[in-house]
Amino acid sequence: MTKMPDSNVTDGRTDGCALQVLTLGLGGEIFALESAQVREVLDMVELTEVPGARSFVKGLVNVRGKVVPVVDLKTKFDMPALPPTEDSRIVVIEVSRNGEDSMVGVLTDRVLEVTELPQATLEDVPRVGMTWQPDFIRAIGKRDGDFVIVMDIAAIFSSEGPGGRRKTQP
Amino acid sequence: MTVTTADPAATYRQEAAELLAQLEETLLDLESSPDDQELIGKAFRALHTIKGSGSMFGFEAVAAFTHHVETAFESVRSGRFGVTPALISLTLSSLDHIRGLIDAPEDAARPEIEERGAALLAALADIVGGAASGAGSAPPALIPSPPGERKTWTVTFRLAENAMYCGTNPLLLLEELRALGECAVTALDDRLPGLDEMDPAGCYLGWKVVLTTDQPRTAIDDVFIFVADDAQIAVEEAVPLAVAAGKETPSAAPASPPVPSAPPARGESRPSVRVQAERLDSLMDQVGELVIAQARLTQIAAASDDLALRSIAEDVERLAADLRDTTMGIRMLQIGTLFGRFRRVVRDLSQALDKSVALITTGEETELDKTVIESLNDPLVHLIRNAVDHGIESPEERLAAGKPAEGRIVLSAEHAGAQVLITVSDDGKGMDRAAIRRKAEERGLIRPGADLSDSELFSFIFHPGFSTAGQVSNVSGRGVGMDVVRQAINSLRGSIEVASEAGAGSRITLKLPLTLAIIDGLLVRVGAGRYVLPLSAVEECVDLSPEDDAQGVTDETGGRSFLNLRGALVPFVRLRGIFDVPGRAEGYQKVVIVTSGGLRVGLVVDHVIGQYQTVIKSLNWLLDDVEHFSGATILGDGSVSLILDIPHLLKKAQAGHVVTQAS
Repeated sequence: MTKMPDSNVTDGRTDGCALQVLTLGLGGEIFALESAQVREVLDMVELTEVPGARSFVKGLVNVRGKVVPVVDLKTKFDMPALPPTEDSRIVVIEVSRNGEDSMVGVLTDRVLEVTELPQATLEDVPRVGMTWQPDFIRAIGKRDGDFVIVMDIAAIFSSEGPGGRRKTQP
Repeated sequence: MTVTTADPAATYRQEAAELLAQLEETLLDLESSPDDQELIGKAFRALHTIKGSGSMFGFEAVAAFTHHVETAFESVRSGRFGVTPALISLTLSSLDHIRGLIDAPEDAARPEIEERGAALLAALADIVGGAASGAGSAPPALIPSPPGERKTWTVTFRLAENAMYCGTNPLLLLEELRALGECAVTALDDRLPGLDEMDPAGCYLGWKVVLTTDQPRTAIDDVFIFVADDAQIAVEEAVPLAVAAGKETPSAAPASPPVPSAPPARGESRPSVRVQAERLDSLMDQVGELVIAQARLTQIAAASDDLALRSIAEDVERLAADLRDTTMGIRMLQIGTLFGRFRRVVRDLSQALDKSVALITTGEETELDKTVIESLNDPLVHLIRNAVDHGIESPEERLAAGKPAEGRIVLSAEHAGAQVLITVSDDGKGMDRAAIRRKAEERGLIRPGADLSDSELFSFIFHPGFSTAGQVSNVSGRGVGMDVVRQAINSLRGSIEVASEAGAGSRITLKLPLTLAIIDGLLVRVGAGRYVLPLSAVEECVDLSPEDDAQGVTDETGGRSFLNLRGALVPFVRLRGIFDVPGRAEGYQKVVIVTSGGLRVGLVVDHVIGQYQTVIKSLNWLLDDVEHFSGATILGDGSVSLILDIPHLLKKAQAGHVVTQAS
């Protein structure tokens, strides 16, 4: 279990025009989560599967005494599933829903760094030419020549889209 | 540790609510034994305290109104007027008015509220005043000392040493005594400690007051009403030499109410601490975490050769278990606190319906987790209203049926293992099987002429919108109530049983777990997953024989098969099928026989691991659509395990079409 590296966050000035994010790899893409939402990063552990749960909910994990569901956003984004590697991590984030905060674990193929994306480099989401639903994306930034996709967590969890509710027969 | 300062108004509200509840109970008791001086005194004291603290905390309207009610009771207490049903009714209404004033003080000035208060007071004054003028209509029960007669009393009192810390000012007490009549005050300084031991704010003095007054003895007792608990108070009548003429005075003194320094022997005044409910909840959470951490420690210690570690682990295990029991004990409340409210419900309802109904409660001392008690209020109100409205017949019908005119509703609570049984039974007309069946057929819930057991048939009354009442009264009949009961009991992980006999009455039994936070569980393995079954639902575990196993194997989705259990056929379902686990189990499988709501079903598991005490964690909203689980728990090795929702699984299994997930 590794705590969030705080050093990168605190040094340097935090000007209002930059978005502080944790970047992570999913499939071949680089995604970013706002670091304010991130609670901690866990090493991969055995998950407790929940029969009958939505397909993108991969199971439950114990985060210091709390039972936290772990989701695979690749299912949600319709990306091919990959078996976990030694780089795989669970990023525990805080999601607010109906005024109540709860924790959710996000499976990632690798965790990159905590960094700042200057507001100037952030672009709106193009409506076409995307392999995933534009609703799930807050903005697209650039970092060392690579595109970084900033996720909209609230939209992702409120949607029923691909990987949403499994159909149950009556 | 954060200490929040309590809002004094909120504290007053809470205290007043408790006092009002106590007062309500006292009044209802008084209705059946109107001559009980102790009850009258109790009601008076409650009113007095509501008034006193009301004005202290700025609830002026409450204080003003209560003052008049108190005055009315004063004349009851002094014996000028006896307790009548009309007075009780009026006082109960006044109590509701006070409750309203406390809940919404901002509305107190609204004309309709003021009018209502004035009307109540006028009616009250009518009763009490009318009785006083028409002397003889209600013979005074007790006249300890008719006002006007001068007597001399010796009052000796010593306050508790910390009395001044508690805000008591002895000077005010002396002042009040002086107001009663001529006083000669002597200070008693025999307990004064040396200067070096003296706490400057301590109260070490006592006082002896020789008081000559025309007021009754009770007036003196009232002076000490707020300090009586901790103080030593003695009030004696000084026999004046002049009364040697042989009047009745000496014999009157022993007949007066008990001296307040000897509190009623009901054990009510045991010291207690008021704690916010949320703090108890978080304490319970933390103890839950501790139990989990301790289980992990025990597991690690058991695998280790280190004797010191093992002995520490054992100590921690014992301490954690004690702490858990104590914490759970703190959260336990007697169900009597809840039962008390229903007397009023039954009284008001039976009057409104012109029925005569007695509510008998037993097992008030049964303790239940406070969360459970709070959630039981609504379901029990519905069940009791139903019993009064639909169960109990009118007095004429009852007499015609050869029953006593007064109906009985028995509300009882008792422990049964890890469960509490709460029963509402009545001696009314019972449920109409034919009507329930007709309604169920009408609504397409059963095939016409289907063969149903009584318990299956009666369970239809819990269907939403199901009512056999021909007419919707303002009491019940809309078919909403019983659905509420079912939902509330389900959410408490309890079950309901219904029994009824035509002409003899109905009995509805609620079976509830003792606590919501921690359960004893049976850990089982199905495929690679480990699951917890609440032990309270488990009856026994048996091997699944190869012959039984052969049934329904072709139907891996968990088709209906039966097990012969000592002559009884018990249906069983395969959890592998329900959980969509591919492949077949290795070796002998086990069948865990579970029961709930009168249903008995076997659940086939790969392996029974053992018994565990588990702390229940609710599932995140991302999992609010999962069907088979009521929660999760953390096992000794730190991994998460799901808790099976037994009533849900049983219903699925009984219905014979277990839903499996399309994969």
